[in-house]
Amino acid sequence: MTIPRGKVVAIMGISGGGKTTTLRLIGGQVRASSGTVLVDGQDVAGLQGKALYDLRRRMGMLFQFGALFTDMSVYDNVAFQMREHTDLPADLIHDLVMMKLHAVGLRGVADLMPSELSGGMARRVALARAVALDPMLIMYDEPFAGLDPISLSIIGELIRALNDALGASSIIVTHDVQESLKIVDYIYIVSGGRIVAEGTADDIRQSTAEYVHQFVWGEADGPVAFHYPASPYRDEIHAVAGHA
Amino acid sequence: MLEGLANGLRWLGKRVNDRVWRLGFASRFLLMTLVYSGTALRRFFLTIREIYFTGVLSLIIILVSGLFVGMVLGLQGYDTLQRYGSSEALGVLVALSLVRELGPVVAALLFASRAGSAITAEIGLMKATEQLSAMEMMAVNPIARVVAPRFWAGVISMPLLAGLFSAMGVLGGYLVGVRLIGVDEGSFWSQMQASVDFSEDILNGVIKSFVFGIIVSWIAVFEGYDAEPTAEGVSGATTRTVVTSSLAILAADFILTAFMFRGT
Repeated sequence: MTIPRGKVVAIMGISGGGKTTTLRLIGGQVRASSGTVLVDGQDVAGLQGKALYDLRRRMGMLFQFGALFTDMSVYDNVAFQMREHTDLPADLIHDLVMMKLHAVGLRGVADLMPSELSGGMARRVALARAVALDPMLIMYDEPFAGLDPISLSIIGELIRALNDALGASSIIVTHDVQESLKIVDYIYIVSGGRIVAEGTADDIRQSTAEYVHQFVWGEADGPVAFHYPASPYRDEIHAVAGHA
Repeated sequence: MLEGLANGLRWLGKRVNDRVWRLGFASRFLLMTLVYSGTALRRFFLTIREIYFTGVLSLIIILVSGLFVGMVLGLQGYDTLQRYGSSEALGVLVALSLVRELGPVVAALLFASRAGSAITAEIGLMKATEQLSAMEMMAVNPIARVVAPRFWAGVISMPLLAGLFSAMGVLGGYLVGVRLIGVDEGSFWSQMQASVDFSEDILNGVIKSFVFGIIVSWIAVFEGYDAEPTAEGVSGATTRTVVTSSLAILAADFILTAFMFRGT
């Protein structure tokens, strides 16, 4: 799997397919038992302590439900990394925070607490926080989960716009097919920890591979079974009848 | 029957083994907390903020409890002492009971219930909502930024709270003994002043509360950090903090008392 510079790449697949684990491998939160993860030429598994943190300072990550710090205001959340990693004066941090919040359309909520935000707004604030230090790589873990159609569309457009404005590379882990196909440059579909298909949005739409077809068009019938493996249904029913 | 015994031994062995592993993990966690305490001490406002949440917000329960414990000591102490005609020694009894034992121990038990459980729940919920993972991904060490300030806040707050508990207790004993029952005020204070030794009694009480502060804070931050990231996991961790802290406080109190007060 390769994520080219300046591109927005989606990793899709059903839940439990290894998508989030891929992001954790890239961020160095999980060590690979085999294989290699290279970020900007550096082997992530070989990095420890300060070297790993130096690499992470050049990454931004949007967590599934935002993961905003609930004891801090929106302003302090976005300013967090600037205060931790730079010696910038307070007035300059203020201007930078306002720029980031303006980019996601939420300059007006700077003084609110995360508990006062809607799900979509919290996701946008988390997005502003993720790009606070202008990272070279931005990772999104299920950015569209649980959003209303308007918020979903706004987040999608923001991901594309921020990636292009910052000249960054973006990885979106998602199972929202239709929204992703609108904004990404390339797609990997994974299942059981393996890449089962890849290509541009058009390649994926036109794919005749069984798994891809079932996934993209959300069909119940296909290689992904609806039922979790279990003993034969007839035996189960008879066993219950026997108990009664 | 033999198989049942073997299964029982296996179960016991596994439980003991798990506990030893967990104790080792907790010890390593304490070491990491101490190693990464630079941020908490250098940027002391982070620790002061936590002192407010753990210490200042525990004041009400500590002060009210101290007052009532002192009042009960006044009643019970007078009832016993007057049988031997030495009710003037009530001040000594109240003060020694508080500064040597009840102050550090009861304040620590209350601190574990009020602040320890809150620390565990807060860190556990930060873990469950991925706030700690987010911090790590922002290249900020959660042990340095979240755990260490809370740990040191607990260690600093505990002796101060125990001191206030004892002071309120002495006041409670005075109100009941002198004001309500009528013990001679001069005897109450002068005997207390003459019999309570600074290093033998007060300093040893402070040492106890300092040790209890380390124990409660260590257990609270560890249980929060190690909690299963689910509602049930955080709830279980909070309960474990209170139960484990209480038992550890009582056990440590016995050991410390055995070393400090040997009747010489």
